[in-house]
Amino acid sequence: MALAISAAAVLARAANCAICEGSAMREKPGKAYPLRDNAADDLRSFSERPLSEITAEAVAKGEVSGDDLRTHADALRQQARIAREAGYPQLAGNFSRAAELASVPNDELLKIYELLRPERATHEELARLADYLELTYGARENAAFIREAAETYRERDLLRR
Amino acid sequence: MERSIRFDLLSKRDINKETFVEPWPEAGLIVADSPYDPQPSISIDGGKVVEMDGAPRADFDALDRFIVSHALDLDVAGAAMAMSSKEYARMLADINVPRADIARLVAGCTPAKLTDIMRHMNVLEMMMGLAKMRVRRMPANQAHVTNWREHPALLAADAAEAALRGFAEVETTVRVARFAPLNALAILIGTQTGRGGVLTQCSVEEALGLRLAMKGLTSYAETLSVYGTELTFVDGDDTPWSKAFLASAYASRGVKIRFTSGTGSEALMGRAEQKSMLYLEARCLLVVKGAGSQGVQNGSISCIALPEALPGGVRAVLAENLLASMLGLEVASGNDALASHSSIRKTAKLMLQFIPGADFIFSGYSAIPKRDNLFGGGNFDAEDFDDYNVLQRDMQIDGGVKPIREDEALHIRRKAGEAIQAVYRELDLPAISDEEVDAATVAHSSDDMPERDIVPDLEAADRFMASDSDFVTVMQALQRSGFGEVADNILEMGRQRIAADYLQPAAIFDADFKVQSAINDPNNYTGPGSGYRPQGQRWQDIQAIPQAKPPTGFVEPHVGQPLSRLVEIGPAARGTGKEVVLALGPAFGRALGVTIGGLEHEAVLKAILGGIAGEGAVARIIRIYHSSDCAAIGFVGARLSGSGVAIGLQSRGTAVIHQKDLAPLNNLELFSQSPSLTLATYENIGVNAARYALGKSTVPVSVKIDNGARLRLIVKTALLHRRETDEVCPDQAPVECLFDWEPD
Repeated sequence: MALAISAAAVLARAANCAICEGSAMREKPGKAYPLRDNAADDLRSFSERPLSEITAEAVAKGEVSGDDLRTHADALRQQARIAREAGYPQLAGNFSRAAELASVPNDELLKIYELLRPERATHEELARLADYLELTYGARENAAFIREAAETYRERDLLRR
Repeated sequence: MERSIRFDLLSKRDINKETFVEPWPEAGLIVADSPYDPQPSISIDGGKVVEMDGAPRADFDALDRFIVSHALDLDVAGAAMAMSSKEYARMLADINVPRADIARLVAGCTPAKLTDIMRHMNVLEMMMGLAKMRVRRMPANQAHVTNWREHPALLAADAAEAALRGFAEVETTVRVARFAPLNALAILIGTQTGRGGVLTQCSVEEALGLRLAMKGLTSYAETLSVYGTELTFVDGDDTPWSKAFLASAYASRGVKIRFTSGTGSEALMGRAEQKSMLYLEARCLLVVKGAGSQGVQNGSISCIALPEALPGGVRAVLAENLLASMLGLEVASGNDALASHSSIRKTAKLMLQFIPGADFIFSGYSAIPKRDNLFGGGNFDAEDFDDYNVLQRDMQIDGGVKPIREDEALHIRRKAGEAIQAVYRELDLPAISDEEVDAATVAHSSDDMPERDIVPDLEAADRFMASDSDFVTVMQALQRSGFGEVADNILEMGRQRIAADYLQPAAIFDADFKVQSAINDPNNYTGPGSGYRPQGQRWQDIQAIPQAKPPTGFVEPHVGQPLSRLVEIGPAARGTGKEVVLALGPAFGRALGVTIGGLEHEAVLKAILGGIAGEGAVARIIRIYHSSDCAAIGFVGARLSGSGVAIGLQSRGTAVIHQKDLAPLNNLELFSQSPSLTLATYENIGVNAARYALGKSTVPVSVKIDNGARLRLIVKTALLHRRETDEVCPDQAPVECLFDWEPD
């Protein structure tokens, strides 16, 4: 109890933290959200087609592919900003990593996930994977994340023997 | 040994089918406050956590490392850890402290600190906390839809009904893993037939789940399980990094995810490391948050019976729900797996989440009978639908579903059955016959479905999975076969992937296919007058259970023709001799003609008069106009009776034998249980009244005790009494009547 300080004092200190700037925004939606309603004209699919082109008629004519209904990295980056602004920094980090992964093919995503599971990869394999993602897809945040995993796996004996 | 009949009976009650065990911290069999749980602490040096919860950095396991790198907000950690746990507890229970203020500080709390805060809270305070900290303002609900036959038409029909009932998410799984794509397809088509915008998932192995999502067959996943010790995590074949990567992989394809954790899993896997379940859950939740998941399903989930075997288990489960919401995570709060044999216990436990509201009150309400539930779920199932609807109506609480009519259910089930039939035909999957669609339309469970050859279905599932077919193929099949509306809903789900709005915390699509999440519908509860309460149309929908009848319907069967043989002849005078006065209520034989027990008033009169005559006494009938009260009717009758004895009789059939020397509310015999009264009883009332009048010794009339009568008939009782009261004329004196009838 000696350490106990008042909530008001803690909140006052917290209010000065950089991370807490704009805390009044936390309970307010980002102005653009939901993008589906407020930014529909700017939304594009992974295949760079505008949302307005992706209609039932187009589907019926066979003019819509799976990639026309796949998420574009830009939308994920925008959702990352919205999440950060609303006070969800970790979720924003996830969306940023997801934006980097938007262009990684399905099979590769499944392979990367498999390599990150316990005792699947050596330290070197993980390091190479990180480099590959960074060089091929510009996935800097994912690369850093995988390098961090590789360090922890080495120290906690989670690498392939 | 002697056996108590009562203890013997108690031993056979449902509650005693449960297992209860004493705590054993060394084995992790303790829900909270293990003596081995660490004390909260943190030391930060140069922007790096060098010590947490008593452990130096060198001793950090993979979870600790992940938590300090990704979950803790080090800018507030120092201040947050310095504030007393009790102060947090008080803030959580205090309606004047908004959720954002608490969330900001909690971001700097370690696992031991989070656990320590809960130590100060009772369940009522935790419920207040959950009502405030839940991230989405409006609560919602998730359904399980599976069946042991894995019948596509039944899956589609049940999913459509679940969607119509208002579930915001529908989860299915497989008995045979190869069925995954077809089961996912069936609930996709079913839900989008029932209501566009219901999110769906198929719970399978992680990599397969991701492939289903990539095909557009599912829109969310919650199979990302985490555990509170490194060894259990690795036993689960994952690490915090692999799980976090998986979360990003799903998000990269526009698919919502939530993680899964819950008390008891570590003890069940034998690797609890002497820690309490709640402390380990706090570690899980920080991993979940650090991984960037928008939410979690916790509340013990499939391990629920383990904390419930221990003291304080249900409280600890609420505590873990609250911890998740404090961390800004969407919470699907359990209540899914079978938790109790006792309906009292299972319902009481539910109240802890139902009353405050959770983002998803159930992480799987079994929208099918529990014998068809392939999750081991069904704590509440399809057979409890009406009970659940009534709970919402009773408490004016939005439990995330609404009552539906039978004809609506049949219509939507048939439509979903026909839609999946058409898609199977168009995609060259094994045919679904009209008989199967018919059966699925009316079915309750797998037992009601015809046999189906699963071998060709499984082969077709393999082909479908291996092919390029995806939800676009499915949309085209629906369009070609006249189900354009269902195709439009699936297309809109695809368009929503492009927007990715529903990846934000606690996102669902509402009845208008609009996203509602913590971003645009943040919980703003700060006490009365704030936050969410079901109002307007939503409250009307919750009220409108099909069993509720208009009040007039209760009275109509009791309205009869006025008795032509009962005539009023003039003001009633005080009588003489050994007579019995039969005093009638103002509506008797006039506005009303049948008792609550369904007896014709004329027959009742004949029975009583027959009883009086049989004893050799004289009867005189008087109608009371100034009161509808049974005691008042009988008392006035007694004062006008020559013998001082009267029977008071209300139109609904309630009777009293009164005596003029008694106080108005006293009596000789009272027959308040009018629904149980038979003509024989009324005859005996006549007999006894006559015997009192004649001064003979009298055995009171025995009446069957039926304590359920009031429960069943109280509305009718009130409305019949109201009808009688309508006939009251306050200034009109009692009237003498003549009943044109002679006993045999």
